[in-house]
Amino acid sequence: MHTFGYRANALLTFAVTALAFICAIASFSDKFSNQNPSAEIQILNINRFKKQSHGNDEVSLTLDISADLQSLFTWNTKQVFVFVAAEYETPKNSLNQVSLWDAIIPDKEHAKFRIQVSNKYRFIDQGQNLRGKDFNLTLHLHVMPKTGKMFADKIVMPGYSLPDAYR
Amino acid sequence: MDWQGQKLAEQLMQILLLIAAVVAFVVGYATASFRTMMLIYAGGVVVTTLITIPNWPCFNRHPLKWLDPSEAEKHPKPQVVVVSSKKKSSKK
Repeated sequence: MHTFGYRANALLTFAVTALAFICAIASFSDKFSNQNPSAEIQILNINRFKKQSHGNDEVSLTLDISADLQSLFTWNTKQVFVFVAAEYETPKNSLNQVSLWDAIIPDKEHAKFRIQVSNKYRFIDQGQNLRGKDFNLTLHLHVMPKTGKMFADKIVMPGYSLPDAYR
Repeated sequence: MDWQGQKLAEQLMQILLLIAAVVAFVVGYATASFRTMMLIYAGGVVVTTLITIPNWPCFNRHPLKWLDPSEAEKHPKPQVVVVSSKKKSSKK
């Protein structure tokens, strides 16, 4: 501790260690917040349902998505990444998940929303299994904190199905 | 800095940084603002740097007493005797 260099080094090391400590406590304080997100999705219209030239089924939908994710935002939340996936079973795969729409929610004000949108990403099956298929629409939530570990959650909404014939 | 000053500086540094960290966290949590916590902590680090790193006079209150040069001459340094080792050890 007898030159500037020694003292500066000691101070910097201790400062960074204490910073890591308060970031860890900040991340831990997230556990005490009550989180209950809610969401609802309706299929307004099935725009197209056909078989592609390669042989795979393709669907184009219009969705009405309403969600209240405000309780997910704490002081330590940077953003929430949300996406809607259609989940169904086929003889070839026990679980298919096709992502239809996603968004990044940067703060609490934008967390309560209702939008009507057609699917951002194409709903294409591996095969021709979609006629008359029952599927779940699952809203996946990835909560990204400012410090700490990201955690993922989901809201499963079952009971949707596709028509029996191509349109 | 002298020895007492160094000890004081180190203790001051640790205590000030701990206080800065605690205050930063409490104020940040109470105002639910992560940015506030970071700013208060950064300010605390800067203040601690200004207090403990430069050579303030308060850290030099117990200067070391070096030996007076005239006193040193009276007690000459011991001479280093070169001993050549012989194979047959002969004790004197």
